[in-house]
Amino acid sequence: MDWFENGWGLSLIVFLPVIGALVVLAIPKAKESLIKWTALAFSLVTLGLTITLAVQFDYSAADTYQFGTAMDTTWISAINANFHIGVDGISLPMVVLAAFITVLVIIYSFNHWPEPHNPKLLLAFVLILATGMSGTFVALDLVLFFVFFEVVLLPMYFMIGIWGDRGITEVPIVNWKIEMRLYASLKFFVFTLFGSAFMLLGFIALYFKSEEALGYRSFSMIELSDIGAAGAFTGTFAFLVFAGLFLGFAVKVPMWPLHTWLPDAHTAAPTIGSVILAAVLLKLGTYAFIRIAIPILPGQAIAWAPFIGILAVIGIIYGSLACLAQTDMKRLIAYSSVGHMGFVMLGIATMTDIGINAAIIGMVAHGLITGLLFFIAGSMAHRYHTRDMTRLGGNMVLMPKMGVLLGFAAMASLGLPALAGFWGEFMALLASFNPLEAIEATSMFRVLMVLGAIGTVLTAGYMLYMLRNVNFGEPSQEWADHKFEDVDSYEWLAWAPLVIGTIAIGIFPKIVFGATNDAVVGLVQKAFGG
Amino acid sequence: MSSIDYHALLPEIILAITVMVTLVVDITTRKKYLVAVTAMVGMFAAIVPVVTLAFCDGLDFCTAAGADRVLFGGSYVVDGYALVLKGVFIFAAFIVLLLSVGYLASDRYYEGEYYFLLIASALGAVVMASSRDFVTMVVALELVSGPAFLLAGWRKGDPRSNEASLKFFITGVIALALLLFGVSLLYGLTGTQQFDQLAIASVAVADVPLFTLGVIFVILGFGFKVSAVPFHFWTPDTYEGAPTPVTAWLSVGSKAAGFVGLLSVAYLALPAATSIWGPPLWLVAFLSMTVGNIVAIKQTNIIRMMGYSSIAQAGFMLAPFGAAAASNADNLDQAFYATVTYLVIYAVMNLGAFAVAIVIGSRVGSYELKDWAGLNRWSPGLALALAVFFMSLAGVPPLAGWFAKFAMFQATIGVGNWWGYSIAIAAAVNAVIAFVYYSKVIKVAFMDPVPEGIDIEALEAEAVPSPIGFALGLTAFGVILLGVFPGIAANLGEYSAQVVAALGG
Repeated sequence: MDWFENGWGLSLIVFLPVIGALVVLAIPKAKESLIKWTALAFSLVTLGLTITLAVQFDYSAADTYQFGTAMDTTWISAINANFHIGVDGISLPMVVLAAFITVLVIIYSFNHWPEPHNPKLLLAFVLILATGMSGTFVALDLVLFFVFFEVVLLPMYFMIGIWGDRGITEVPIVNWKIEMRLYASLKFFVFTLFGSAFMLLGFIALYFKSEEALGYRSFSMIELSDIGAAGAFTGTFAFLVFAGLFLGFAVKVPMWPLHTWLPDAHTAAPTIGSVILAAVLLKLGTYAFIRIAIPILPGQAIAWAPFIGILAVIGIIYGSLACLAQTDMKRLIAYSSVGHMGFVMLGIATMTDIGINAAIIGMVAHGLITGLLFFIAGSMAHRYHTRDMTRLGGNMVLMPKMGVLLGFAAMASLGLPALAGFWGEFMALLASFNPLEAIEATSMFRVLMVLGAIGTVLTAGYMLYMLRNVNFGEPSQEWADHKFEDVDSYEWLAWAPLVIGTIAIGIFPKIVFGATNDAVVGLVQKAFGG
Repeated sequence: MSSIDYHALLPEIILAITVMVTLVVDITTRKKYLVAVTAMVGMFAAIVPVVTLAFCDGLDFCTAAGADRVLFGGSYVVDGYALVLKGVFIFAAFIVLLLSVGYLASDRYYEGEYYFLLIASALGAVVMASSRDFVTMVVALELVSGPAFLLAGWRKGDPRSNEASLKFFITGVIALALLLFGVSLLYGLTGTQQFDQLAIASVAVADVPLFTLGVIFVILGFGFKVSAVPFHFWTPDTYEGAPTPVTAWLSVGSKAAGFVGLLSVAYLALPAATSIWGPPLWLVAFLSMTVGNIVAIKQTNIIRMMGYSSIAQAGFMLAPFGAAAASNADNLDQAFYATVTYLVIYAVMNLGAFAVAIVIGSRVGSYELKDWAGLNRWSPGLALALAVFFMSLAGVPPLAGWFAKFAMFQATIGVGNWWGYSIAIAAAVNAVIAFVYYSKVIKVAFMDPVPEGIDIEALEAEAVPSPIGFALGLTAFGVILLGVFPGIAANLGEYSAQVVAALGG
């Protein structure tokens, strides 16, 4: 399978979904089931290719880029930007996650259509998102990365804006009354665009600066990290570039205080939008920190580490406390993402191999668990027609299977050992006990560790608070006489892989570490000299 | 000067003949669409020599006297830069012709004369691209503007169209006067009005205050043409009042002609005076972006919004000029490259945006944004086209606009000083502001409900007129092609920047 290994396989994984989107758009609107099956077929073939990729991946050389195109596959010759893609141990789990979530989302959507209907457009957007997501994870050229990073914005903007929550919300400060979906979609886009505009300035600055060390200008992440590790970028220049990149990535993660778009976007988005957003899109930011910011600007990464660590812990505490104040179930889950991504960023901020491993497994686990939580919250809202936790209650009586799944997801989310969520939190805290020595803030990180540990307690607090309000107790007058359909077959099909994945990674974290560890150790050694 | 290189002049000759022929066709037939057909054939014919000239580069048998195709003692040069822009102008005129056919048929307009004037304006723009002295340039510029003054008032029954024409005329004449005044100062100081000689002669007089004044006046003159803030006030009124296809020509063809003037004067005639024209253009770029974008947010009429959008886009195109303020000669070609690349992409996407606006506007019978609500319900195809063009204008990958902004950022940051960094940061913030109003169009089309009293079935039943449909297809294809393979636009930009690189080397 030569063609598969020298870039075609990976290119297919990236571009097959967008071809699928075009096919879906070409099918007449009336043939709804054909549209659904076509979309599913394209996503399944992509998943099949991705699994082949994971099987063929050479785990003994996880720190090298595999299945990639040649470094000089010209794309835009005028600026020396190349179509250079490849996977290593760090990006492999992300690519697999993105392909999985796409399939699950399409299966789920078979019998859950948000209003206004229009499955053709919605599925086309899901498939374009799939291309953007996997493209971002495999890009090894900064321009290519930027394009894929931005490609995901538009479909998500449409998804929130068209199929989102039609409730009225009040815009803070100016007090305009506007539909939730319109406010959230615009806010999502403007925040992200703001960050990525400065990120792009940073990329271009690196491009020009690379001439001094390389003799020519380069957007290649590999070349830039080579000269970055050798200390090509220093001083005010490096500081400004890191600031630009930080802005772009931190908005996407999102880190406190740039997170305010997230609760609105998650709450307003239709179920599948929330799932994609939480499970994959948030990871684009953290992945970019690991793939771009740290290797290319290691000196600045060390200088910024305490700052990132502090923001991460504020995010953990703030997210948890905000959760406790919510009555909207989806909003609670959204704020919990702020907290969980805080743990991921804390892991990254330690700049150690343990911390970055923790971050990656945390990303995967958060993708599975929060994806599941949003699925369940969406299905419950579908049945109850409300997400207000003061009105819900007694779900265990009304829909026992749904209740059990919600309980499972909540337990996984609060970091119960033997489930996937545990490893990310535990190892991030472990890593903050001994952060990279060069940061010279070991004692501060130990304080952060204690605060983060308090955060895990708060996480348990709000998850149990949600379970108490939603699952336990007797159903109120409002619901007592209703007959609800418990988890249906499409839901089982979409959720079972998430449940299995959560348990499997919880028990055998090596599923993820087996791929990531060598790559992470290699990255840390190269950037910080061991 | 024994023989004239007719190959180099062929595009102009063909266009000039077409201008005449349209007049003849107009008086000999009652089927006025034949005039448009004649004009389009002329455009097709004119693009052929542009292409052959481009590929002639370096081939012995078709290169005439000397490799550079310098004509008339250096006043008229056909190089990469001229050819790329000639291509842009002919393409733009062709698309505008396609847009005009249905529009003119929809009401009682003079048709034959319209096409005659439009091609005359296009001819002026094509000449402009090769002009390398002030006299040729001013004549060409007036050939672009003169017919456009008349075209802007074509809807003569409508007072707004009259206002559009008059406003455009008066500001155009003032701009010309300022330009000529500046030119006369420069000529008086240096004794030449040819760009290549001026580039040498200007070094000696760079410290004379009068020289600065001359440069400023020339910039003022072109500032009106490219509708940059603070010379923009005619733009929204003229755009709204003029027939919409004419507006498309003004915002692409006429604006690009203004940019050609600025590019030639700044980089070819006055490369030694970057410190004189750089700072004022930095300011103009900054103001155009910021004012254009902020005012556009408030607009409710789509054409006015596109007017302000075109002001803001002019600001983005001017940003590399501003960044060049303190740069040395060897990276001036980067700034030049960025502006030309931007122009090429802008031409395609803005013409597409106008095409889709004309189709929707004529079907709904209104250019008020609120009347377009729920477009997606009755025409998903048009809604998609609208999204493609407006998101491209906003600079969202993978649509062409992203690379235009990318090239602009590349040039401004590449300068490596705070003139460049500051305008790049301002542009980055402005790119975000711009999204607010571009997305408003998308929001209205996709997310708002269809207003009361609109007959969806009647709207659904109407078909897109085939000429406009063709224009839409062509520009949409262009926007996606240039977005996915931006190397094409970049190569055109580089090809044209060779002329500046040669100066620097």
